[in-house]
Amino acid sequence: MATTKRPRNRMFRNINAKIAAIPMVLTTLVVFVGGTIWTVVYSFTNSKLLPKLKFVGFDQYERLWSNSRWLISIENLALFGVFSLIFTISVGFLLAVLMDQKIRFEDTFRTIMLYPFALSFVVTGLVWQWILNPSFGIQSIVRSLGWESFTFNPLENPNLVMYGLLIAGLWQGTGFVMCLLLAGLRGIDEDIWKATRVDGIPTWKTYVIVIIPMMRPVFITTLVLVAAGIIKLYDLVVAQTSGGPGNASQVPAMYVYDYMFQAQNLGQGFAASTMMLLSVLIVLIPWAYLEFGGKKHG
Amino acid sequence: MKKWKLAAGLCASVALPSAALATDLEVTHWWTSGGEAAAVAELAKAFDATGNHWVDGAIAGGGGTARPIMISRITGGDPMGATQFNHGQQAQELVEAGLMQDLTEVAERDHWKDIIYPPSLLDSCTLDGKIYCAPVNIHSPEWLWLSNKAYADAGIPVPTNWDEFVASAPALEAAGKIPLALGNQPWQSNLAFGAITIAIGGLDLWKQINVEKNMDAAAGPEMAKVFEAAANARKLAAKSTVQDWNQATNLVITGEAGGQIMGDWAQGEFAVAGQVAGKDYTCLPGLGVNEYISTGGDAFYFPKLKDPEKTKAQLELAALLVSKEVQVAFNLKKGSLPIRGDVDLSAANDCMKKGLGILAKGNIVPSGDQVWSADVQKQAEDLMVEFWKSDMSAADAQAKWVEILKSGL
Amino acid sequence: MAEAVHPRGTKPRRRLSGRNIMLYGTLLVFSLYYILPLWVMVMTSLKGMPEVRLGNIFAPPVEITFEPWVKAWAEACTGLNCDGLSRGFWNSVRILIPSVILSIIVASVNGYALVNWRFKGSDVFFTILIFGSFIPYQVMLYPIVILLREMGLYGTLWGLVVVHTIFGMPILTLLFRNYFSSIPEELFKAARVDGAGFWGIYFRIMLPMSLPIFVVALILQVTGIWNDFLFGVVYTKPDLYPMTVQLNNIVNSVQGVKEYNVNMAATLLTGLVPLIIYFVSGKLFVRGIAAGAVKG
Repeated sequence: MATTKRPRNRMFRNINAKIAAIPMVLTTLVVFVGGTIWTVVYSFTNSKLLPKLKFVGFDQYERLWSNSRWLISIENLALFGVFSLIFTISVGFLLAVLMDQKIRFEDTFRTIMLYPFALSFVVTGLVWQWILNPSFGIQSIVRSLGWESFTFNPLENPNLVMYGLLIAGLWQGTGFVMCLLLAGLRGIDEDIWKATRVDGIPTWKTYVIVIIPMMRPVFITTLVLVAAGIIKLYDLVVAQTSGGPGNASQVPAMYVYDYMFQAQNLGQGFAASTMMLLSVLIVLIPWAYLEFGGKKHG
Repeated sequence: MKKWKLAAGLCASVALPSAALATDLEVTHWWTSGGEAAAVAELAKAFDATGNHWVDGAIAGGGGTARPIMISRITGGDPMGATQFNHGQQAQELVEAGLMQDLTEVAERDHWKDIIYPPSLLDSCTLDGKIYCAPVNIHSPEWLWLSNKAYADAGIPVPTNWDEFVASAPALEAAGKIPLALGNQPWQSNLAFGAITIAIGGLDLWKQINVEKNMDAAAGPEMAKVFEAAANARKLAAKSTVQDWNQATNLVITGEAGGQIMGDWAQGEFAVAGQVAGKDYTCLPGLGVNEYISTGGDAFYFPKLKDPEKTKAQLELAALLVSKEVQVAFNLKKGSLPIRGDVDLSAANDCMKKGLGILAKGNIVPSGDQVWSADVQKQAEDLMVEFWKSDMSAADAQAKWVEILKSGL
Repeated sequence: MAEAVHPRGTKPRRRLSGRNIMLYGTLLVFSLYYILPLWVMVMTSLKGMPEVRLGNIFAPPVEITFEPWVKAWAEACTGLNCDGLSRGFWNSVRILIPSVILSIIVASVNGYALVNWRFKGSDVFFTILIFGSFIPYQVMLYPIVILLREMGLYGTLWGLVVVHTIFGMPILTLLFRNYFSSIPEELFKAARVDGAGFWGIYFRIMLPMSLPIFVVALILQVTGIWNDFLFGVVYTKPDLYPMTVQLNNIVNSVQGVKEYNVNMAATLLTGLVPLIIYFVSGKLFVRGIAAGAVKG
């Protein structure tokens, strides 16, 4: 993304361009910055059902970090996030490479892989809840085929439930990532392939040392999209497990929502959301620096 | 938007003489199961009969899904005509912020103070001497529902109290049944724990902890016994993996499970399935040990609206909800108890009559929603769902529980 | 752009080689994983309840019935309203069209301004936008209620359109920005020399060259907005509730036994609009992505 030179027009005085930028400026300032500041400020209050400015210092944060459900949520999100990033990107890349081999029926394969992205997480969660249900899903089918002791019920096992969610999350998202990366592969100049072939570099090695580094911008876009989805993980969990069994599949966004509205403890919910926003910032600041910081000197 | 509303209001008032008071009132609630929907239909029918029109705003998924929507609507300045909340502290801040319609006028005219029983229901609706909600029913969570079929299949008699129920579990398991059906949602675990508390710990302990807020009692040995009992009960529910409460009730209806601890709203499901109390299923209030029930329930609140016609319709609806006829029709369908002692419920089934009897004796305690804030309730739910679905020790759970209660002092 | 969609891999060997077996074998295994849930949904939605209860969820129906579809569309109840999904379908359309149009216009202009009319701090705004794409919607629920109330848009269709525009902005702006920066800047410079202004260049040069990325934006927005439940239910009122609200109600209000066949039919019906768009425009999608996400 950062590689092309941008036109260095200094026509800041163009009134139309300024007008055109108003929606963006307003959205960023009022909604994203304003909303964030508002949230952070109220996270230091003891607001219950309605936001009130009665400050209580760091009380909400102390309580948050001593709450076992929150700690479980963080752990789960980390686990889901790491596996989700690794698998969506590696599987997505593998599929993209396979699709790029001048195969037949490319359209069909692509449609099959992409269609889950058209379905909401709510739908995804419901369907997979069903397929993974031990009494009529995969487990019961395999058992009816003769493997009586076959056990596969991730959604009812606290240690495996996050992987059950992962199966569903990957089902929904990898097709889209595959498309992004496929597009990236197609954007690479044919000459590069010719050159590596002349040099006798094996195909797999060409991918690793030449193609992947060249696709850095696509990988970054993909990373942003996938990571944004992971942080916001909510609907899928609600639909598929409701955070259960017990608290085993809780995620931070659910904690935020439950405490804001079910517990009617806005302060606690805002404290939790502030922590989420903070973690996003920690990830994004280095990115923004790489994306824009270096260029200013160049 | 405000202008539009004003214009609409003007039009309405100009057109007043001809339009025969047919005011649309949007009512939001989360009653969507079979028995619940049938009960709401009774309310709507009665309200439509007054010449107004009930616009149904049902939101499925329980109070947790519905309440944020209701609160956003009210604080967003575009409220509905009436909305369900549970008795207690849920809507208190909305009332304090002046967003709710004062119903005192109707309440005084219809002598709510004299007819609503137990009076604690009306107290929950009162703030600074003014009344802001119309209670519609009493729900008590402390019931054990047993499947007669499951016990017949296992060849043993239906238990008559919690201890017998626990003792009967091995026989049920041998017959391939789940002894205790329990849905996965957090509030259900908390409800089951609450019922076990009253049954095992008894009324005095319950009051010490929940009313007098005696934290030493909460951490004490008697309460430890309750936690041990709950730890024992969770083994009976280990094989129950359903999500919703009525799916769990359905396990009892079909005889796949021996019993379920659930509120009296469960009998709406038995009724929809065509089952008869005493013959197909058995109910044990207070788990058959301590016949005490708590008196939570639902109430309707009426957000302040600008259109005087709507306000009038709101007051009419409030009066209607408390009226005898509606109380009888609604509660028979819902399986809940009426909020007034002077209605004839001879059509009630065995279970409801048991509940009415307990109510008449005055064996009642306030509900969790009345004595603790939503925040404490939610934390307790989080703890309980973890406790019921993991191997957390009873002592650990008790220590955490006491901490949670302390956060609400 | 056109040649960019052709495969660039190693030359194919047109025979049944071990390599091809591996290749197609892997793709088929993955396809099975992707297709399985759709298969289950469709098959279940065509079964009667007794068969659903007894049978194997992967087996095709013994007796095909369309009753679940009819029920999901026109009869399923939420509370007192027993008219299924049909109630919300047109609302969804009414919400969808203005939201998609407005959000795409705004985001494309943003992307264009960020690339060609950079102003001081435009990178900062862009960074904040990207940050915005990470904010969980639940967190912003309250501030947006206050914002809409102050704007006098709360509870109206336009309020919801504004919300969809705001939350669609980050990702769409990112895509448009990347796409526009791939358009040779000589074109832009030449137009400037000819005296074309901001809008002149946008309409005469940028728009005609940008069909693929508009298709991508369209697909993403249709999917996102059509599938939205939270905003639809929080920021509007019942006479504007989108179809997903009824879907939630059908799926979550258990009246006795869960009617899985009706749930599945309702699910498929709700997903139909985005699914059709995907099936119809799949090829354009990759082409647009190829240009929008890749170059930059």
